[in-house]
Amino acid sequence: MLGRHYQITGIVQGVGFRPFVYQTAIKYHLKGDVCNSANGVIINVFGPQRSIDSFHEILQTAPPPRARIDHLSFFEVPFQNEKEFRILPSQNIETDFLPVSPDICICEACQNEILDFNNRRFHYPFTNCTNCGPRFSIIERIPYDRPNTSMKRFPMCSSCTVEYENPLDRRFHAQPVACRDCGPQLTYFRNGSDGIFGDHALIAATESIKDGEIMAIKGIGGFHLACDAMNETALKRLRGIKHRSNKPFALMAKDIPTIQKYCMVNPDERALLQSAAAPIVLLKMKVGCIIPESVAPTQNELGFMIPYTPLHILLFEMLSPEIEVLVMTSANYSEEPIVFGDSEKDRTILAQLSDGILTHNRQIVTRIDDSVTRIDQDHQRIMIRRARGYAPDPILVQRQMNQILAAGPELKNTFCLTRGNYAFISHHIGDMENAETFQAYQEEIAHYKTIFRVTPEVIACDLHPNYLSTTYAEKLSEETGLPLIRIQHHYAHIASVLAENHRFNAESAIGLAFDGTGYGTDGFIWGGEALLCNNAGFERVYHLDNFPLPGGDTAIRKPYRQALALLYANGFSWEDSLFPVSSIPDREKELLKTQLDHHLNCVDTSSMGRLFDAISSLLGICQEASYEGQAAIELENVADPDCTEYYPFEILEDKILLKSVIGNILDDLRQGIPKSVISAKFHHGVIQLCLEICVRIREAVNLNIPTVLSGGVWQNQILLGGVRDLLEKNSFNVLLPRQLPYNDGCVSFGQAVIANEIKDRMR
Amino acid sequence: LGHGSGGAMTAELIQRVFLKYFHSDGLQQKNDAANLAIPDNIHRIAVTTDSHIVTPLFFPGGDIGRLAVCGTVNDLLTAGATPKWLSAAFILEEGLPIAVLEQILESMKKSAEEAQVEIVTGDTKVVERGKGDGIFINTTGIGYIAENFQPGGEKAAPGDAVILSGTIGDHGMAVLCARGELGIRADISSDAAPLNEIVRNLQPFARSVHVLRDPTRGGLSTTLNEIANQSQVGIELDEKSIPISKEVNAVCEMLGFDPYTTANEGKMIIIVPDEIKQDVLLAIRRSKYGENAAIIGRVFPNHSPIVLLQTNLGTHRILDPLPGELLPRIC
Ligand SMILES: [Fe+3]
Ligand SMILES: [Mg+2]
Ligand SMILES: [Zn+2]
Ligand SMILES: [Zn+2]
Repeated sequence: MLGRHYQITGIVQGVGFRPFVYQTAIKYHLKGDVCNSANGVIINVFGPQRSIDSFHEILQTAPPPRARIDHLSFFEVPFQNEKEFRILPSQNIETDFLPVSPDICICEACQNEILDFNNRRFHYPFTNCTNCGPRFSIIERIPYDRPNTSMKRFPMCSSCTVEYENPLDRRFHAQPVACRDCGPQLTYFRNGSDGIFGDHALIAATESIKDGEIMAIKGIGGFHLACDAMNETALKRLRGIKHRSNKPFALMAKDIPTIQKYCMVNPDERALLQSAAAPIVLLKMKVGCIIPESVAPTQNELGFMIPYTPLHILLFEMLSPEIEVLVMTSANYSEEPIVFGDSEKDRTILAQLSDGILTHNRQIVTRIDDSVTRIDQDHQRIMIRRARGYAPDPILVQRQMNQILAAGPELKNTFCLTRGNYAFISHHIGDMENAETFQAYQEEIAHYKTIFRVTPEVIACDLHPNYLSTTYAEKLSEETGLPLIRIQHHYAHIASVLAENHRFNAESAIGLAFDGTGYGTDGFIWGGEALLCNNAGFERVYHLDNFPLPGGDTAIRKPYRQALALLYANGFSWEDSLFPVSSIPDREKELLKTQLDHHLNCVDTSSMGRLFDAISSLLGICQEASYEGQAAIELENVADPDCTEYYPFEILEDKILLKSVIGNILDDLRQGIPKSVISAKFHHGVIQLCLEICVRIREAVNLNIPTVLSGGVWQNQILLGGVRDLLEKNSFNVLLPRQLPYNDGCVSFGQAVIANEIKDRMR
Repeated sequence: LGHGSGGAMTAELIQRVFLKYFHSDGLQQKNDAANLAIPDNIHRIAVTTDSHIVTPLFFPGGDIGRLAVCGTVNDLLTAGATPKWLSAAFILEEGLPIAVLEQILESMKKSAEEAQVEIVTGDTKVVERGKGDGIFINTTGIGYIAENFQPGGEKAAPGDAVILSGTIGDHGMAVLCARGELGIRADISSDAAPLNEIVRNLQPFARSVHVLRDPTRGGLSTTLNEIANQSQVGIELDEKSIPISKEVNAVCEMLGFDPYTTANEGKMIIIVPDEIKQDVLLAIRRSKYGENAAIIGRVFPNHSPIVLLQTNLGTHRILDPLPGELLPRIC
């Protein structure tokens, strides 16, 4: 007979871990106890050696589906003659900390219950269990116990208490457990009128959607605006109300067979749609897809998700067969943060955005958007927006980190806090120029600091002097006296991917940072960079030859300005027959010429993203971008998949010259070559360029070092797939982001790992 | 040194370098003119000084002479003072044609008459060719302060209304377009003007005028950020109510300049309690150079100073002071 003590860290709370331990212990007739602490799950087992070994085996090989064991340590303790196996109350040691589970989509068992007329939770929209339901969005502090969540205001009824206390029940210690008698309730409001409650609220809301109205629906992380995806009138109204002219809307379909009527769904995509995170997945449209064009103008893809809360399931129960696809877009104006509260102010905004509000009284503590993902040609998941279902899962770092706050970039902001082996990258916060987003940013930093018990010793930020996140970090550093470390944007991009792959060390790597814009160490705007870097720093080995960005952000919103500036910088005249020339008003053309002649308010850039914008304009595809990346996305969408030709780039010293490529494109345009072919040739040109650069660097350093891809431009699937295949064919080891996005959502993590190195070296 | 734009970098230069050496009550006030007690301890005067550098020397709507007078007069006015006397010091570059100098002096004379100030003392130095930009003018102004009328940037209070005396961006864009080598055709004149009449017409509300400030270099955005900082409040503007000429807007848009950080030389920001905003607005609109005045926003309590713009889309954009460099932020 012996005893063993375990400490297990990782995502082990809110995922049914203790009942699993309990049941396993009982199965092997072991005695002892298990409890949650703020530092993980602590287990003591006593019994025969063989039983303990079996217990150990199960612990490691068959933990609950939502659990993630990051670290399991154990040691032998003297045998104690306990009478039973018990689940003890949580321990809370102030300095300990632990990851928190992300929100989890409804499980199959709960789904069956709410559709079963004889179940006591029939049609109850807040049904959940240890395997599913809200987590991060309702947590105020750790450890994850009901009084530390927004469920604290709902005392359990006796039936729920029995389930909650029975270790063999699926709802044992499921913190948000509730039922009709004791839990949250729905309310439906219509302008000015009193609320309607419960089932009637659900009926009223579905009737209103069937009538073609726009409904604000409270979900896990905030309100959605929902309407019938087939109703053109409603779609048009929704675009008007949200001030969103072209950016695609997300869709929610009743189930996967419904999605398959409109899009192709391969097995990986199906698995992703059905995964616990239940993200939005970008899917190729089928030929003849009848989803109205105005859902996603000029796109070849649609963003679909499936119902992930009981409420969604019940909505579709009542909406189908008339309606099987809803637009589900976040309730906000333009790029503001999603509305998530029930204050008077929130109610007013929602009333302006919608015809009716379907809300409930379970408070959302942390607002969090839907995540956006896709499956790439290599069957791997690509993160585009990392939020609900993924955040705040930490990234496990292979070393002890200093406690760092990395402030992140300006757009698609996330911030990052580190402690121990963990990097907690926040959910997608958004675009900082927005006052509401900036406010949310500051609140979320405070919240993450509290729940993960991080007290930063160092602050990291971008090198860009005008980012609001930089200003925030500067001010914080001034107030607290903490050291501030400024980090070049593209080095952060590459470091992030290296660290995710546990390769951020003394070994050098080639970083291809193809991005929108980022501030360079030379004061210019970078974004088409080949870096040679490791954890000690970076060298800029190759970059796109600079061209001016006339008027900064103005040029970015109007790709024709970038096209004309690119032509100008490379000595090509503005012939009237060219698309950007015919798109620019006469007066602006004259001013632009003056501006370029005198380099007035022109910043020079080596940005690959801007080059894509310019080519998109040159081909007459997109002249004004109403959302970020539009011009490049549309350029990708027209590319002819059957064309294999390419435009070669020339490299002169460290500069990648653009002149011959532009010259070739102009020739092809003159000869009437279709833009689909030109787009493909341009894409393939960039792909060949990547190989050329990597080969040159490999020869120069005389080592086969890994190649890392990061930056928003890599969201282009033609480019990503092409470069990865070509590099791998030439025996390069290509490292890609898996948990974080290619875009700026990864920058804060990169800042954190670099700052950590610098901090260590300061000692 | 690259700190001359009048924005965040200039503020930093002053804070980090100048204020290390100079301390006084007047400087501590951080207003455009120092409000000083004379030794009888009954009467107060306002003192301000400004050096004027501009290329080209002449531009639609004004010239360096008019700027030198109006800039200093308006700074006195922001202290609630009645401008009285001006000094004028000239640094002339060898080779500056006398005719040009006379044209400038003529303009100063006219502007001083309009602003009802006397130029009472002066100085002239000549520097070698190539060591000056034709002509630099420094003016110092002195004015009386009435006991009941002492606005200051630190007095903005939550609930107050923010009034602007006219369109923004005219001066900065006029000077830019007038730069010979650019040769931009644009129908934009500088707004350079003395605003005595506007301030005189505020007398009936004297005690209630919390802030007067002229949004010169760094524009509306920079000046409002200064006020927000001094008063530790938030200021929210309503985009559609801010007067701006079509032409200024168009040129700014095309060149990628932000009218909110573009210079003005004949505009006043007036912050008063909400109850009297309509009366004050009428008084300003009755004044010379105040015809296009508008209520553009309000002051609100905030734990940290901030200036917000409610855009026509209904979102709130953070208005920063003019940064050291104009750099794109879209990634
Ligand atoms: Fe980036
Ligand atoms: Mg002054
Ligand atoms: Zn469940
Ligand atoms: Zn209950």
